[in-house]
Order: sequence, then C-alpha cells, then structure tokens
Amino acid sequence: MKHEKLLKFGGHEKLLGFAGKKTFKLISLLIVVCLASFWLIEQSPIDPVRAYIGEMSVTPEKQAQLEEYWGVNSPPQEKFLNWAGNILKGDFGTSLIYRIPVTDVIKEKFTASLILMAASWLISGILGFILGIIAGMKRGTWIDKIIKTYCYTLAATPTFWLALVLLMVFSVYLGWFPIGLSVPIGVTADNVTFLDWLHRLILPAVTLSLLGVAQIAMFTREKLKEVLSSDYVLFAKARGEKGLNLVLRHGVRNVALPAITLQFLGFSELFGGAVLVEQVFSYPGIGQAAVSAGLRSDVPLLLGIVLVSALFVFFGNTMADIIYEFVDPRIKQEEAAS
Amino acid sequence: MENKAEINVEEGLNTEIEINEEFGNKLNVTSNKRPISELDSSTEEKKKTEALLKVEDISLSFTQYASGLRQTKLNIISNLSLEAHSGEILAVVGSSGSGKSLLAHAILGILPSNAKLDGKIEYKGRILTQEKKKELRGKEIALVPQSVNYLDPLMRISDQVIGDVAEEDEKLMKNLQRKIFQRYDLKPEVDKMLPHELSGGMARRVLVSTAIISSAKLIIADEPTPGLDEKTLNETLSYFKDMADNRCAVILITHDIEAALKISDKIAVFYAGTVLEVANARDFKNNGENLRHPYTRALWNALPQNGFQAIVGHQPMQDEVIDGCVFYERCSKKNDLCSRGIPLLKEIDGGVVRCNNAVSEEIPNSDETSSIHGHELKISAKEVKEV
Amino acid sequence: MNTTVTLKKGLFGRLNLRQKTILIICLTSLLLFVIVISSLVLGGESLPTNFGFKNLAPSLEHPFGTDWMGRDMFIRTLEGLGLSIIIGAIASTFSTILAMILGLLSSAGKKTDSFVSWLVDLFLSIPHLLLIILISIGLGGGAFGVIVGVALTHWTSLTRVVRAEIKQLKTQEYVHVSGNLGKSRWWIATKHIFPHLIPQILLGTILMFPHAILHEASVTFLGFGLSPHEPAIGIILSESMKYLSAGYWWLAFFPGLALLIVVLLFDMIGDNLGRLMDPKSAHE
Repeated sequence: MKHEKLLKFGGHEKLLGFAGKKTFKLISLLIVVCLASFWLIEQSPIDPVRAYIGEMSVTPEKQAQLEEYWGVNSPPQEKFLNWAGNILKGDFGTSLIYRIPVTDVIKEKFTASLILMAASWLISGILGFILGIIAGMKRGTWIDKIIKTYCYTLAATPTFWLALVLLMVFSVYLGWFPIGLSVPIGVTADNVTFLDWLHRLILPAVTLSLLGVAQIAMFTREKLKEVLSSDYVLFAKARGEKGLNLVLRHGVRNVALPAITLQFLGFSELFGGAVLVEQVFSYPGIGQAAVSAGLRSDVPLLLGIVLVSALFVFFGNTMADIIYEFVDPRIKQEEAAS
Repeated sequence: MENKAEINVEEGLNTEIEINEEFGNKLNVTSNKRPISELDSSTEEKKKTEALLKVEDISLSFTQYASGLRQTKLNIISNLSLEAHSGEILAVVGSSGSGKSLLAHAILGILPSNAKLDGKIEYKGRILTQEKKKELRGKEIALVPQSVNYLDPLMRISDQVIGDVAEEDEKLMKNLQRKIFQRYDLKPEVDKMLPHELSGGMARRVLVSTAIISSAKLIIADEPTPGLDEKTLNETLSYFKDMADNRCAVILITHDIEAALKISDKIAVFYAGTVLEVANARDFKNNGENLRHPYTRALWNALPQNGFQAIVGHQPMQDEVIDGCVFYERCSKKNDLCSRGIPLLKEIDGGVVRCNNAVSEEIPNSDETSSIHGHELKISAKEVKEV
Repeated sequence: MNTTVTLKKGLFGRLNLRQKTILIICLTSLLLFVIVISSLVLGGESLPTNFGFKNLAPSLEHPFGTDWMGRDMFIRTLEGLGLSIIIGAIASTFSTILAMILGLLSSAGKKTDSFVSWLVDLFLSIPHLLLIILISIGLGGGAFGVIVGVALTHWTSLTRVVRAEIKQLKTQEYVHVSGNLGKSRWWIATKHIFPHLIPQILLGTILMFPHAILHEASVTFLGFGLSPHEPAIGIILSESMKYLSAGYWWLAFFPGLALLIVVLLFDMIGDNLGRLMDPKSAHE
C-alpha cells in the first residue's frame, strides 16, 4: 500500500516534470527555429518589396513606403526583432500572394492539410498494422514475401512519382477524378461543396496512405517477431494457447503501443509527403501554400508555415513521449526494476 | 536465458552458496527434517504405480542453418532418462544454463523450430507425440515458469490466469480463479493488476495459480525459486508439496539442491545435458556415502554445511564431442573404461546411476535390476555403435 | 544458443552467404557505376532535338519514348539518374563528415554531448523537406543549395550511431586497459575507436544515399533545386506534369521508375552490407 502511494506520488511529480521540460523545450525550439529560418531568408536573394509589387506598377513614393514597411534598409537585427515582436502579438504579417493575413491563410490551408494527413495517417496506420501482423504471423510464406516486397518497393518510391502515376491512371486514363483539381486563388473553402472536397481528397489521401503503410508494416512485423519469441508467448503456448487467438491475445496487445508511437514519430515525414502530394494534385493545403510561398518569395507566409510545421512535428513527438512515458506500463516496469 | 555458452559449475554453486549462506545452518536441519520412515513408505507405494511420465533416452540438438544447404548441430541434451510418478516430486538439479529448461520445453513441445528431439517420451503409458503435447499442454501438463517475465506485461492478472477460454466458460473460470486466489491469499485487487505491479511473493503465487487452475496431472516447475528469501522460498515449495499431495506428479527443475532436498522425493542430477544419477532424497546425508555418482557426491560436499569442497574444472562445452563419460575430465575415480563409451545406466539401491564405478553396498533386488539392465544393454549397444 | 559455438560452426555457411552478399553488392554497384559513367559520357554533348520525332510513345528505337522536343527519354533519364547519384554522393559525403565530427564531439564530454543532442532535436523539429527548401532558398537555390540542404538534414541518424558506437567502445575492456597502460587518448582513438567506427560509417553513408537522392529529386521537382536546364529527374517529372492531360504517360512513368530502381539498388547494397557486418543475422 505504502509502496503504491509512493509510486503514485512519483507519477504525479513525473508528470509535472515532464510538462515543464516539454514546455521549456518547445519555447527554446521555437526561438531557435525563428532565428534560423529568419537568418536563412535574410541570406537569400529574395526581395520582399519586389515580390509584393509583382506585376503592379507603383509610384516611387509607394515603393519607398513599402521598403520602409519591410524594413529593407534597416539592419537584420532590427528586422528580426520587429518580426518576432509582431509574432508574439499573434501577428504573422500579410501574405504577399494571398493578400490576407498569414494567420488566416494558415488556418484555412492547414485545416485542409490536417484532414488529408489525418486520413492517411489513420489509413496507413491501420492498414500497415494489419499487414505487419499478417506478415509476422505468416513469416517466410508467400504472403509474407509479398508484403515485404511491397514495403521495400514503396519505401524506395518517390512520393511525387507515385502521385503522378495515380493521377495518370485514375484521372487521365479512367477519368474518375478531374485533373486540374485546384481552386482558383480567392475562392475559399466555403465555396466548395463537401462532395467536391471529398472528391479532391481521395487521391492524395490514397497516395499518402500507400506510402505510409511501408514503414509501419515492417516495424509491426519485426515487433511481432520479437513478441512471438518472448517468454510470455512461450508460456502462453505452454498453456495451450495457439494460432490466431494467441496472436490476437498477446501479439496485437503488445505491438500496438510501439506501433502507435512510431506513427506519431512519423509526423515529419507525413508533412513532407503532404507537401509533394498536394503539389501534384493541386490540393489547396499547407504544403502547396508553402511551395507557392517559397517560389514566389512570400516570406511572411513561408516563415509562418515553418513555425506551424515545427509545432506539428513537436506535437507528434510529444504524443510519442507521452505514450512511452505514461501509457506503456512496461516502461514503469523497467523503471521499477532499475 | 540459454544464451550463456557454458556455466562453470563452480560458478553455479557459488551463486547457490551466496543465497543460502545466511541461513545455511537452518537448512541443514530442514533438509533432514522429514522422518526417513515416512519417505520409505511413500516410495514403496509408488513403486507399484506406473510412471505418469517416462522420459527415455532423449536427445535434443539444435540445427543451425548457416546458409542454404549447410547445417551444424549443437547437442544440448543427450541420452537423458527419467520418470515422474503421481504424488511424487522429482527434482532435476543442475547448474544454470545447462539446458534444464529445455527439458521442460521438450516435454511440453514448445521447443524452437530448429530443435531436434530424439528418443521416447511416454505419458500415461502412451507415446507423447507433438500433436499429443499440443493437446495436453495447459490441460494435463502445466508449466510453472520461473519469473513474472513469463506473464504478458500488458494483460490483467486474472485474464492471464484464466487463459484463453471459450466465452461460455469464462464466468465459471473467473469464479475458479477467484477461489484459487483466495486460497493463496491474493486479494480481489490483484485480479486487475498488471504483472509489473506484483510483489515477488504475489508473482510466485500467481504463477502457481496458472498451474492449479488447469487441474493438470503433471506439473513442471522451471526454476520456481530464484533469489527468494527463506520465507517465500519455503512458502513456494509448500505449494508444490500440496500439489504432490493431491496426487500430481511434480517435476521441479532447479539449480538449488538444498531447496530441492526440502520437498523432493527423488533428485535427478543433471550434468552436461544428461542425468548422471537419480537418487532418493534420503541418500543425501552425512558425507554422501549413499550417493552413487562422484559428481553427486561432489555437489553434496560443495554445500556450505558440508565443507565447501568445490571440484575443479568445468562442464564440457556443448559442442565438444565427448567419447565416454561426460564427467571423465573431472572425475577422481576415472579409469580407462570411462573414456570409452557412455557408461550404462545401473539401478542401485532404489536409484539410477550412469557410472562405471558405482557399486551397490546393499544386495540389490535381483528381479528389478536385471530387467532394467536388459533394457539398458539394448541402449548401450546402440550408443556404442553411434560412438 | 551458444554464441561462440554458433560462430565456429557457422563459418562455412557464412562464407557462402558472404559470397552471395558480395555478389549482390558487386552487381548492383556495377550497375550504378555504369549509369554514372554513361550519363557522364552522354552528358558531354547536348541531346539532339528533333521535332519530327516529338512525343513518341515508347518503341524499340526509343524505349522510354520521346519528349515534346523529340529528345530520347531514355538518354534523358540516364543523364538524370547520373546527376542524381552524383548529387546524392556529394551530399551524403558531406553529411557523413558532419555526422562524424558531431558524433566525436558528442563523446568528448557531457556539455558537448547535450549540445549535439540539442542540435539533433533542432534539425528533426522541422519536416525535412521544408528544411531543405528553406536552406535551398537561403542559399539561392541551384545545385549548391540542394546539396547543402540535403547534407544538413541527413546527418542526424548517423550521428546517433557514431555516438552510441563510441560510447559502447569506451566501456570495452581493452580500451580501459589501454588507458591504464598510459596510452594517450589520441592513440586509443586511432588504434581502437576508429577501426571499429569506419565500417559503421561506411554503412551509414550508403544507407543515407537513397534518402538523399529521393530528397534531391523531390526538392527539384517542387522547383527549389536544380535549375530547369539541368537534366535532373525532378525536372523531367515536373515538366511531364504539363503533358499529363495529353496522355503522354511515358514522360513521367519511366524516369520515375528508373529512379525507384536506383534507390532500391542502394537499399539492397546497404542491407547486404549490413548483413555482412552483423554476424548475428548471418543465420537467417
């Protein structure tokens, strides 16, 4: 009893410590990311005024005004402090291409991307887990070999190429989906019906899912092999458990948590995949916005997206840490043992 | 756990000694506590009954596929024979890492796929095939594993003890599990715990419960007493005694000869993959003059209360090809004959021994020895051919 | 089972596996070598444009078809692959050097160790692709931008390997003994640590290769990498998007497939080398 209480107390303290550490890490991380990305942009030959003006013709006075607004002639430290100060106030500036506040652009685009990423995250996770369990159960059989080959091949497949091939097959050849999926700039999500939007979501989500399956399936397969050769499975066999029931009772239970952890750690890859897939399918998400921002020198938007992506990845890593530290009882077991 | 290549016997003994040193004196008393007369009567009774489990001359080797066609063989167990009787505890004593656990796995049919098992195992007079093992394990034959690591770390204790049962039986089994837990003084909250939350003593009782709930006739306990304090040790041993009293056959696999002596009826001495001697527990007394094999005697004399006399040398490596007695290198009584051919199994004074020099001090029961000898001769002929 | 025995007994067989693995490594390396050499030879002269043969579907004469300028797609693909491999090689080499330096730094002391792990965390905190884009933009794009971008984003895992390896080596008996015998740190590093590190680093570099190639192609495809005048796979595929609706599928299909195969070949070399170096998996 006393021992238990001690453990619980320790757990509480651990939680506080964990939260504190994480918060500190996030803040320091964001500061450095801000500094580094700002410095990188500063190094680049990008001229924000030129980018803003674009094809418009402006008077010299207007140009001077813009230059002052962008602080072209002020020293980099001042520019950074100015920008960072605004960010602290929640003002990320105005997007040069969309001509609306960066926060609005990000909100809209990121929501679209989140749906895409969440869909493929779930599909690839579930499918990959099932395939991994099957492959691990049927180790060495033809079905295992097929799954393995699929995973190896998919891991070597360029994301954008797979997207192109699917686009060619399903949009060009079969005609199931329109080719130019893009919505003209200025048309917001409100103007698109739910079905249109779903229609647009399918191919990118399928592409991302197909690619995401590889890693999780191989991981699950290896992990299941580990579990199946564990002492507790040996004991379960000694007690007469066998076949599918054994795998379901002990295998799935013990592989699931590490697999979910891995899925959370894959947020960075997922984001990268989304950037490429959105570009090919012209899906109006954050990835496409990032590419446009980069290509058309929309510095405020690009910096905003970098920060949001860092937050996104941080969230995934933190979730993985939480599962590792607090949810998985095996960790507690190891801690207790040491 | 079998990863260790070769455990020095001395090392094995040392660990035992470490554990037992603190209460060595007490043990000396307890090991001889049981009146000899009682033992005698019980063994008399058992002789009449047919062995529940009969392991005859089994050999276990591992095939390792290096690549494609080439294979190599690693012998873990060779020419091992023993018998387990209902109502009796047979201890298999040997140093850690010598492959004792694999004997249990062989009986249960849970060996890895690259293992090859030769020889005959009979259960209730019928040959125990792999199919039969699959059918019987968990029902008639139960394993009590050595630690909490053998429990699924993510499954509630009660679910684990109940095991994988049909849905309609679940309630029944749940009740049964609760009853057993009650008997072992495991509170209702233990049902919902995960393995890592169990204390050492609780874990022991839970592991024993898994065997009790199966109502098995044959219980194989694989190192059930590692590093336990004396109280828990005696408690755990008493569970096995209870099982034997309930007409179960218990095979107690352990490296702890003193613990084994406390409750066992017979001791099988496991060395280099084989059983060198099966002795009655009462033979372990004084200077071990009633023990039949030099190794058994050495083991007995290496115990702290018997003068700590360790023998030199180490067990042969598992890949060593030994022509002759496995104990030859370390034996003080070896002669020429011992280096040629494996010694035959002899029955002496109600025990069995595999030693050329062992002779009976009493006049053996002529009937029985002859029959056993006849059987053994057959085997030895085969053995000689193999060698 | 018995590990020492396993090694002894497995010797014959391992030789067998070795031969097989070495054969696979040689063949795949040869193939990659041929791709690079032929692309270098072909790359010298600009491809003939022939508008009479534009947009031809794959045939015996043009196995990968021709593009809108009548250029042979097979040769373009070959050149693109060569370029990808070279860029991948340069980026991986730089990344390896970086990983070695940081790995060594992290094992120099507690402070440097936490600095390096902080740096690793930092570089893993932004999606790789976005980071490469950012670096590429910062450096003004082009081959230089991509190479630096890829090099700066791929060192993390190898650094961890180097760090762990050194940590493990440091606890080894013979390293302790050498220290007690009064050997200098440098002596221990060069005699005991480096010889064990080199195979790990080699393997790490080769495993890095496919990632580097894929990332280069992705970034170029998005328009942040090599300039459109270069015959890169990313450029070819990004151009092909304009002709997709016209049904010229071969413009995208074959170059991408070729890239996939090259990446797969590198993966195979890495896997086989890894198997060669790890005696434990030799029995599978």
